[in-house]
Amino acid sequence: MASKSWLNFLTFLCGSAIGFFLCSQLFSILLGEQVDTQPNMLHNDPHARHLDDNEPSHLKGQVNFNADSSQHKDENTDIAEKLYQRVKILCWVMTSPQNLEKKAKHVKATWAQRCNKVLFMSSEENQDFPTVGLKTKEGREQLYWKTIKAFQYVHDHYLEDADWFMKADDDTYVILDNLRWLLSKYNPEQPIYFGRRFKPYVKQGYMSGGAGYVLSKEALRRFVDAFKTEKCTHSSSIEDLALGRCMEIINVEAGDSRDTTGKETFHPFVPEHHLIKGYLPKTFWYWNYNYYPPVEGPGCCSDIAVSFHYVDSTTMYELEYLVYHLRPYGYLYRYQPALPEDILKEINQANKNEDSKVKLGNP
Amino acid sequence: MLSESSSFLKGVMLGSIFCALITMLGHIRIGHGNRTHQHEHHHLQAPNKEDILKISEAERMELSKSFRVYCIILVKPKDVSLWAAVKETWTKHCDKAEFFSSENVKVFESINVDTNEMWLMMRKAYKYAFDKYKDQYNWFFLARPTTFAVIENLKYFLLKKDPSQPFYLGHTIKSGDLEYVSVDGGIVLSIESMKRLNHLLSVPEKCPEQGGMIWKISEDKQLAVCLKYAGVFAENAEDADRKDVFNTKSVGLFIKEAMSNHPNQVVEGCCSDMAVTFNGLTPNQMHVMMYGVYRLRAFGHIFNDALVFLPPNGSEND
Repeated sequence: MASKSWLNFLTFLCGSAIGFFLCSQLFSILLGEQVDTQPNMLHNDPHARHLDDNEPSHLKGQVNFNADSSQHKDENTDIAEKLYQRVKILCWVMTSPQNLEKKAKHVKATWAQRCNKVLFMSSEENQDFPTVGLKTKEGREQLYWKTIKAFQYVHDHYLEDADWFMKADDDTYVILDNLRWLLSKYNPEQPIYFGRRFKPYVKQGYMSGGAGYVLSKEALRRFVDAFKTEKCTHSSSIEDLALGRCMEIINVEAGDSRDTTGKETFHPFVPEHHLIKGYLPKTFWYWNYNYYPPVEGPGCCSDIAVSFHYVDSTTMYELEYLVYHLRPYGYLYRYQPALPEDILKEINQANKNEDSKVKLGNP
Repeated sequence: MLSESSSFLKGVMLGSIFCALITMLGHIRIGHGNRTHQHEHHHLQAPNKEDILKISEAERMELSKSFRVYCIILVKPKDVSLWAAVKETWTKHCDKAEFFSSENVKVFESINVDTNEMWLMMRKAYKYAFDKYKDQYNWFFLARPTTFAVIENLKYFLLKKDPSQPFYLGHTIKSGDLEYVSVDGGIVLSIESMKRLNHLLSVPEKCPEQGGMIWKISEDKQLAVCLKYAGVFAENAEDADRKDVFNTKSVGLFIKEAMSNHPNQVVEGCCSDMAVTFNGLTPNQMHVMMYGVYRLRAFGHIFNDALVFLPPNGSEND
């Protein structure tokens, strides 16, 4: 008799447990309760997009386009990713041992990761940063030597790894996505180079060193070859001018880097200096140097600007925030630059069922 | 067998009743908890991504037009250069923006409130705005000319918030018992809050023109005290990652702090992608922000947004 009531009691308990469980499940479905996750951005960043110094391999291959995922969940980077694969850019950054911590570090933490390959060029090798040692001295006088040697190094080790070869300073901020848009219309086998075009001294003009310039594969081949065959020599220490002269000698075309509305994309100064009317005095050399009619105020700068120069460390991060983070929700930008034809086709094929208007609506 | 199954069934019934009771009680307790929670920390969040994906194209346009934001900018003659910058930049994106000045200034159109005192200026501006525009706008945004605002992000933040509810939001600060919205980050009031405020403005015991007997209380605190009487409480506006969207500092200042506090995650730890305001900008910085926000961007990064905002007419810097 006792065992029977024990059994009864046990089944009763089982029943109540099952009843409780079923009921709680029912209630949770009905009330749609959600687990509250409270991510703390500062402590929990598993998707760290900034390199640890001992991970140089990250620089080589893929870029994680949505690295800090929670801020970019509704972002579609298909086009940017396609261009990353199609328009391979090797960036080399002119720096020096004393500037690694002050300047080059911030370049590395921001735009450098978006190059298909990035190299930091210095007079001395530094295995930790890492930098390539060009075995020159430092200083303004050495700039052209460093440039020649840097391009030689890139040519000898990485010629087949990229289509375009960009030189920048450690105080230049470069927007790689916009550079790829610009270059997507050209063939890397063409002898051509792009940058902020200046008019004096060289008939076809030459590109400002600080604003950065980018050579096609063929242009790089010809440049390196020119020193071997002495078509070009280390004629001066004014790096950008000397390079521009050499380009003209070897028939590398000075390209027009302006956008389809005629606005400049490479900038020798920070946005403020170009956007504010009267900031640069009319007597300043700049007004006489620009190849195309120079503009101050909103017309100075393309929406899809490629570079700015004399960018200090704070401004590097500010630009990074303004370009890749802060945006006006839902805003229909006035300037809608067109996609290169073939890439457009590829994407439309892939997204036949999706609303392609939505894709192209807010580039 | 029979007695076992009956005791089993009794068990099931008892279990379910017990569970139902607990759920009900828990809910009531949570309800109370929320209310007291709201008295301590009010945190309002931006809308969820999932909600957004269900909206159609036509609905997007309609929805976008349903937000009518009226901007009040309180200025004084000494603010002229900021005033000019603000007029030429972000205020063009308000549905309507008006400048309320302590006195008339040549060349600059404004509504003269005839007083130098910030709290009095604020009162007069709110009264004017409510009397004239209560039927035309559903959200009222007040700022100083040192502030840069992205009105599109304000509208996104207000998505799913009913203006007939008493909203009072921005960057909140706690001062003793009082939680108030800092005027430096910008103050957002729904039409319902405006209604209640304007009713109280004529009740001197609740909403005196001269707050604080011994020393002056700042105008943003006075506003909070006044609104509290009307049952309107300050709420801190945050994005999905709990970052403030209304900021009392400039981007530059945030970056500098981030560079010393967390140098490995400067931009990630800085500011919200959907920030609405920054403060402490110079006139030049306003123009740079205008370019940086409304024009400069990376090609090939596309967003599927629930709202559509067209650029304003007759403007070339956005």
